[in-house]
Amino acid sequence: MSGGKMLRQIQFWILAALATVLLSGCGSEYLVLNPKGPVAETQYNLIIISAILCAVIIVPVLALTAFIVYRYRDKPDNKAPYKPEWAHNTTLEVIWWGIPVVIIAILGYFTVRDTYVLKESPNKEVAPITIQVTALDWKWMFTYPDQKIATVNYLEIPAGVPVHFQVSAEAPMNSFWVPELGGQIYAMAGMATELYLQADEPGEFQGFSSNFSGEGFAHMQFKVVAKPQDEFNKWVDEVKGTTPAMSKEDYNELKKPGLAEKKLYSAFPEGLFEEILAKYSHGHDMDHVMKKEPAETGAKTNDTSHETHQMSDMSNMPGMDHTGMKH
Amino acid sequence: MWENIKEFASTFFVTGDPLIYGADVSIALTMVAIVFVLTKYKKWGWLWREWLTTVDHKRIGIMYLIASLLMLFRGGVDALLMRLQLAFPNVEFLHSDHYNAIFTTHGTIMILFMAMPMMFGLFNMVVPLQLGARDVAYPFLNALSFWLFMLGAMLFNLSFVIGGSPDAGWLSYPPLSQNDFSPGPGQNFWIWGIQISGIGSLATGINFIVTILKMRAPGMKLSQMPLFSWSVLSSSIMIIFAFPILTVTIALLFLDRFAGAHFFTMDGGGNPMMYLNLIWMWGHPEVYIVVVPAFGIFSEVVATFSRKKIFGYKSMVWALMAIAVLSFFTWAHHFFTMGTSASVIAFFAISTMVIAIPTGVKVFNWLFTMFRGRISFKQPMLWTIAFIPCFLVGGATGVMLAVAPADYQYHNSYFLIAHFHQVLIGGVVFGYLAGIYYWWPKLFGFKLDEKLGKWGFWFWNIGFYVCFMPQYALGFMGMTRRYYTYGWDRGWADMNLISTVGAFMMGIGFLFQVWQIAYSIKHGERDTTGDPWDARTLEWSIPSPAPFYNFAVVPTVKDADDWWATKQAKANGTHKEEPVHLEPIHMPKNSGIPFIMSLFWFMVGFGFTFGWVWIAVLGFIGVAVCMWVRSFQYDTDYYVPVDEVRRTEASLGRVL
Repeated sequence: MSGGKMLRQIQFWILAALATVLLSGCGSEYLVLNPKGPVAETQYNLIIISAILCAVIIVPVLALTAFIVYRYRDKPDNKAPYKPEWAHNTTLEVIWWGIPVVIIAILGYFTVRDTYVLKESPNKEVAPITIQVTALDWKWMFTYPDQKIATVNYLEIPAGVPVHFQVSAEAPMNSFWVPELGGQIYAMAGMATELYLQADEPGEFQGFSSNFSGEGFAHMQFKVVAKPQDEFNKWVDEVKGTTPAMSKEDYNELKKPGLAEKKLYSAFPEGLFEEILAKYSHGHDMDHVMKKEPAETGAKTNDTSHETHQMSDMSNMPGMDHTGMKH
Repeated sequence: MWENIKEFASTFFVTGDPLIYGADVSIALTMVAIVFVLTKYKKWGWLWREWLTTVDHKRIGIMYLIASLLMLFRGGVDALLMRLQLAFPNVEFLHSDHYNAIFTTHGTIMILFMAMPMMFGLFNMVVPLQLGARDVAYPFLNALSFWLFMLGAMLFNLSFVIGGSPDAGWLSYPPLSQNDFSPGPGQNFWIWGIQISGIGSLATGINFIVTILKMRAPGMKLSQMPLFSWSVLSSSIMIIFAFPILTVTIALLFLDRFAGAHFFTMDGGGNPMMYLNLIWMWGHPEVYIVVVPAFGIFSEVVATFSRKKIFGYKSMVWALMAIAVLSFFTWAHHFFTMGTSASVIAFFAISTMVIAIPTGVKVFNWLFTMFRGRISFKQPMLWTIAFIPCFLVGGATGVMLAVAPADYQYHNSYFLIAHFHQVLIGGVVFGYLAGIYYWWPKLFGFKLDEKLGKWGFWFWNIGFYVCFMPQYALGFMGMTRRYYTYGWDRGWADMNLISTVGAFMMGIGFLFQVWQIAYSIKHGERDTTGDPWDARTLEWSIPSPAPFYNFAVVPTVKDADDWWATKQAKANGTHKEEPVHLEPIHMPKNSGIPFIMSLFWFMVGFGFTFGWVWIAVLGFIGVAVCMWVRSFQYDTDYYVPVDEVRRTEASLGRVL
């Protein structure tokens, strides 16, 4: 069993696996590789750029490994040079401290650029719609502050319009994820994280909970439906006209641990999301967050009703920024 | 009365699952068998004198090794149960609760009770020998470290049969791990198992830093020290900075649960996110703590089996130390998705990528050690060569994960799972196995069988790729970690089935290795030279198995790779044979206190786990008494007379 044979075997498996991923990458079940909106698109591009930059390093190194292991194997008639004391070469070492530095610099540039880009709305032309997301044990509740409707485990959005999600929880931490539209954000009690997503075309997407939250976690998934704006408006009217309103009691019932089916509500208690937030933000005054200028989020909107909902705070991480939560 | 006992037992013992009953029975049978064998062959005294009270670093190393292999078995069975469930997600093989407990114990055991002790085992088996020392700096503390680890691990594993297992994930994020959501003793087992063994880990870190800085043989400059010892120094430095964070964090979590404090609670002013920051301030250095010694092992193995000096020694040392520092500045990449500011995310993304640079440099140096060498494919080298491609790919996916905006898509998905298993199995496990195969003859006096080992090697390696490559794909499909079930319509079933097949192949690989050890005890090639691999460093200059005092005469070191230089000089005829001058050897005496004190710590943990404070108080009193007694022991060392040294050496085939 020679080393060369072994390496070929290993490489075969790596290549086979990569091929599995790449060749079937166009398959629709590869949600992350089939972006359906600008945010997922940005992230998809980063995935491809980083994969290529990594491949630029590892493919030659894998080849070099195979070559060295094969050429310098210990065989009586091996004619390759043998220099047991050759253990230092400044040029070579500078090269391989240098190559990774260059690669990291390039990758770092794209990373930092897009980190800032994704903090803002992906579509400056269209005013975003705000949707509040609350993770409960074990279901997702969505409240539409402007449309005044609420849903459970079902999210409908207008296509071509950026959606400004404010995400919180009244349960153990979770993570809100719709891979085809873009990456996730944590849902944490007492704070509102924010995330912009947009679906370019009408369609149906799968939403996941992606941070373990206990027994019913695996069943805590939701459907996202994107519709043209007018159809979305029609749906809102329909929900308003045909479904029951959510009362405070209904919410208290809803937040008890357990699973839930898709639910629609024509209304929800005024300020419910803000109330859930305040409950776990330890009595701190939330006004300063709620009055924050939307400019900071980059969302250009003329609709003043959005302003009251800009409670999100870019610096929810404790100890990093004290303008948000005063701990 | 009977009713009371019955009610108590039904909550105290874990009930209701045939798997658990099966385990109960097998644990009981094993215990009976052990007691029976020890009694029948009158081995209780032997066990106490030679093992339970030993302060010999080599024996402690062997005990660490045995414990870690047992834990590898348990963690591995956990993994296979999970894989079975995910291959057939709708047959309800495991219910949600049970699955959650299993992934929690799998993670905790593999990192804290498998990787850590296997690493400490290698530290103990190798470092003093490599430095030309007769023991570690603090042999008593070393024994205490081991028994704290062991009893901590036992306490954690007890949760399987009594009280109930923890099920809030291996890092037990609050608020899920708080009383509101995880009542009962399970989570307390997690806290106290880790807490007790963590104290041992911290002490080991201190012990090895002092050993390396103060106990090197005369003449051995730091700049000539073998790279494995350098890696142990790097790892130990990380331990002493990281483990106190763990201890404090878990202590605060315990106060939340036990005393109703509000450090990390959802309400009452607590802040669960602070816990995430703190636990990863330990957790990220922790993965480097375990992988850096593997780098050290590869450096030794690759030089020995290429019959060539390690390439770029200075670069290697700088890289090890750079990793130790950088590892403390990357923790927030475990939660890029927490929604913090872009600047914070950018900082941690870049710092994470930067750590790939010294790691990459090491790979190049290993390659160029082989370049212009003569490579022989013995078992340690096989694992080393297998490590390189595996770790390259795992490292590359790590860099991809560091691209923060892309990480929003990978986070908590199977892409992440595949990545960290690739670096932890491809790096840590392959590395430790290489180390075990390499140093085995030094500890036990015989080699492990090559043929069975190769079967194990191939099952492990092919199994690894079959198991984890599909998981990258599953990540792209949106499969999230810790789902115990999923619908067929997701299209995840095929990849999961393939992955499960791979996991079982790795399991078969492990069985081959168990068989290999059992077979080699009887039939393994005996090492009569003390230097079976024609190696380079000091540990190979003494007979195998190493005598309890290690070096009959403490060597004087002139070169890096001193033993190789000596052999070269002998071959050239330029070696001057120094007259051997034996002196009585100063050695530490065995002590039962580490074992007994750890038992008391176990009582402390057990008492707090069930909220029976009186047991914990008794435990604390016991610990205090042990410390008191030890403080006034003055007769803790002795001298081995020259005659005995001469006799021992002769019995190992060396005449002095």
